[in-house]
Amino acid sequence: MQPERVIRNRSVVTDAWRFVDTLPEEEGPAVVPLAIWKEHREALLARTTPIGVWLKPDDDPAEIAPDLHRLSLVAVHFPKFTDGRGYSTAALLRTRYAYRGELRAFGDVGRDQLFYLSRCGFDSFRLADHRDPDAALASFDDFTVRYQGSVDDPVPLFRKRLTAGGIPR
Amino acid sequence: MYRYDSYDHTLVAERVAQFRDQTRRYLAGELTDDEFRPLRLQNGLYIQRHAPMLRVAIPYGLLSAAQLRMLAHIARKFDKGYGHFSTRQNIQYNWPKVEETPDILALLAEVEMHAIQTSGNCVRNITTDHFAGVAADEIVDPRPLAEILRQWSTFHPEFAYLPRKFKIALNGAVEDRAAVLLHDIGLHVIRNEAGEVGIRVIVGGGMGRTPIIGHVIREFLPWRHMLTYVEAILRVYNRYGRRDNIYKARIKILVKALGMEEFTRQVEAEWEAAAESLAPSVITDAEFARVAAHFDPHPYENLAEVDAQYVLALADSRSFARWAQRNVHPHRRPGYAAVTLSLKKTGVAPGDATAEQMDFVAGLAERYSFGELRVSHEQNLILADVRKRDLFALWQAAKTQGLATPNIGLLTNIVCCPGGDFCSLANAKSIPIAEAIQRRFDDLDYLHDIGELDLNISGCMNSCGHHHIGHIGILGVDKQGAEFYQVSIGGRQGNNAALGDVIGPSFAAAEMPDVISKLIDTYIAERHDDELFVDTVHRLGIAPFKTRVYADRKELAHAA
Repeated sequence: MQPERVIRNRSVVTDAWRFVDTLPEEEGPAVVPLAIWKEHREALLARTTPIGVWLKPDDDPAEIAPDLHRLSLVAVHFPKFTDGRGYSTAALLRTRYAYRGELRAFGDVGRDQLFYLSRCGFDSFRLADHRDPDAALASFDDFTVRYQGSVDDPVPLFRKRLTAGGIPR
Repeated sequence: MYRYDSYDHTLVAERVAQFRDQTRRYLAGELTDDEFRPLRLQNGLYIQRHAPMLRVAIPYGLLSAAQLRMLAHIARKFDKGYGHFSTRQNIQYNWPKVEETPDILALLAEVEMHAIQTSGNCVRNITTDHFAGVAADEIVDPRPLAEILRQWSTFHPEFAYLPRKFKIALNGAVEDRAAVLLHDIGLHVIRNEAGEVGIRVIVGGGMGRTPIIGHVIREFLPWRHMLTYVEAILRVYNRYGRRDNIYKARIKILVKALGMEEFTRQVEAEWEAAAESLAPSVITDAEFARVAAHFDPHPYENLAEVDAQYVLALADSRSFARWAQRNVHPHRRPGYAAVTLSLKKTGVAPGDATAEQMDFVAGLAERYSFGELRVSHEQNLILADVRKRDLFALWQAAKTQGLATPNIGLLTNIVCCPGGDFCSLANAKSIPIAEAIQRRFDDLDYLHDIGELDLNISGCMNSCGHHHIGHIGILGVDKQGAEFYQVSIGGRQGNNAALGDVIGPSFAAAEMPDVISKLIDTYIAERHDDELFVDTVHRLGIAPFKTRVYADRKELAHAA
């Protein structure tokens, strides 16, 4: 099987993570669904290799908030790219729950979502299988101007506008 | 009006480049129809019955003469020489080509315009009172806050893929002319007893399949918190709004399902919890001042309230007086008035304007109204700052282009969506129904005697023609593949907004002028002095109207 290629911090790298639906039996970095995490939390923490949790769109990130410092990856699934719940999930993880680790978007994710996703705090992306991650990198820079604050920069343009030389013409 | 600085220009230019690349990838087969659809929709591009439709944003309905000339140029070069002004104060082109839309967007960018978020499940064009800044009953000019909200909503990363479209309206006058009770969020700018400016926040209103009058979620929100509070509402909606059923996905359904009390609790809890991270989004006085300076009053002349020439002209010409009575509106400055140029001439699709008319109106705006104009949600064009002494000349000029129909507020000022002639969502045509009704009521004396009456037509449940709040509302429905029309009465916009009641089974297109005549006959027979049609409906209920309409219909059926 071809190793997965993912975007991390704006570079294409080979994915070290294995996404599983059940309790992983072998060692190695693994990402489990929230339900498995809740059921086998102690066993998963007892492993010696990194562990991550992936969330469905309707999973509440508050459920993993107390454990975030123990997780090396939080991933948010996008069953359809038009399902925008994951954007709020990411924003909450980064702001309210102060998660600083790797935050990944996966599922139906394409280059045209990268700008918004990265603004909401995602720094890791596994694009849909037919999408070319190398070609997608350019989309991070679709916009150089951001009107409103978000996770990447909470200070809206209006607090910088005059000092940055934005003189109305 | 608001003028772009280097940031605004850069952002719109980057959007044009982004969409050009998305369109290229779509045409090259790299993006499927399903993948391209949400992207093109967020640029206002629909695939319609005959051709794509491009909806261009006119933020809060305000346009410069130069912008209108560009809209005319686009109509000529990329369309069939006309455009349609919509009930959301935007303009729509019905005949552009997909591959040409990036070029259209580039031309729009030259005049500080775009099609960003004019469609799709995102925050749409912010709308407001078409008399903002000039209305005599204005509390606070809503346009600076509308512009601040426009910028905040533009490419908001968290809210680009909401459960459904999201419409926000702002009103800053005593009378609500922005339908704030019928939006996903309505913001009514007010002052408290101490004279401080705040916002009454209304949520969960809307028309469409499930029409609901909005609920007040906050009586008085300090204006600096407008963005943080709206953000809290949107986050709750984005997380919990339904996504399994397109017809139950608007925020009004979430509000209804949770109940207003629980919904309010969740929003307030979110707002409090997010207070720290959202602190930078509290609007600064400096930003308000920067934006508000763009809306400083025009350099008005000091004029007397009464203009002798105008008074003479009114006495001289009955048709001018009739136009002035309907199409001229009070202005806060002595000697000035606001003027509606009617796009509701019989025989022309309501809200449509030709490229020639747009160029002509741009000239009128430059000559008579400081080079600016507005689009009203009733689909007319407004010159907001005209000297009374110029009104007669303006009227004569407007007549030459068919823009002086004296019908504002009257039955023939029909608000009407493009309907089945153009729109692929429609169940039925709406434009021919509007025209048939306008032809029936072509007697001006009779029309003026009937008095104020809002007649709204929507070609389907999406209710772009706002039929729920028409004094008479007409809705196109599909019955076994045939076009029929359901009639409701008693709807109303404004501070006492109300939803109309359906009078009974629907009608065939050919019956519609008769149905309207019967409704009007009932009103004429029953009305008290100075009572509007809608007041009579509210006093008597729908029964007498219903009886009259359907009794006659039975006779017709028997005769046939």
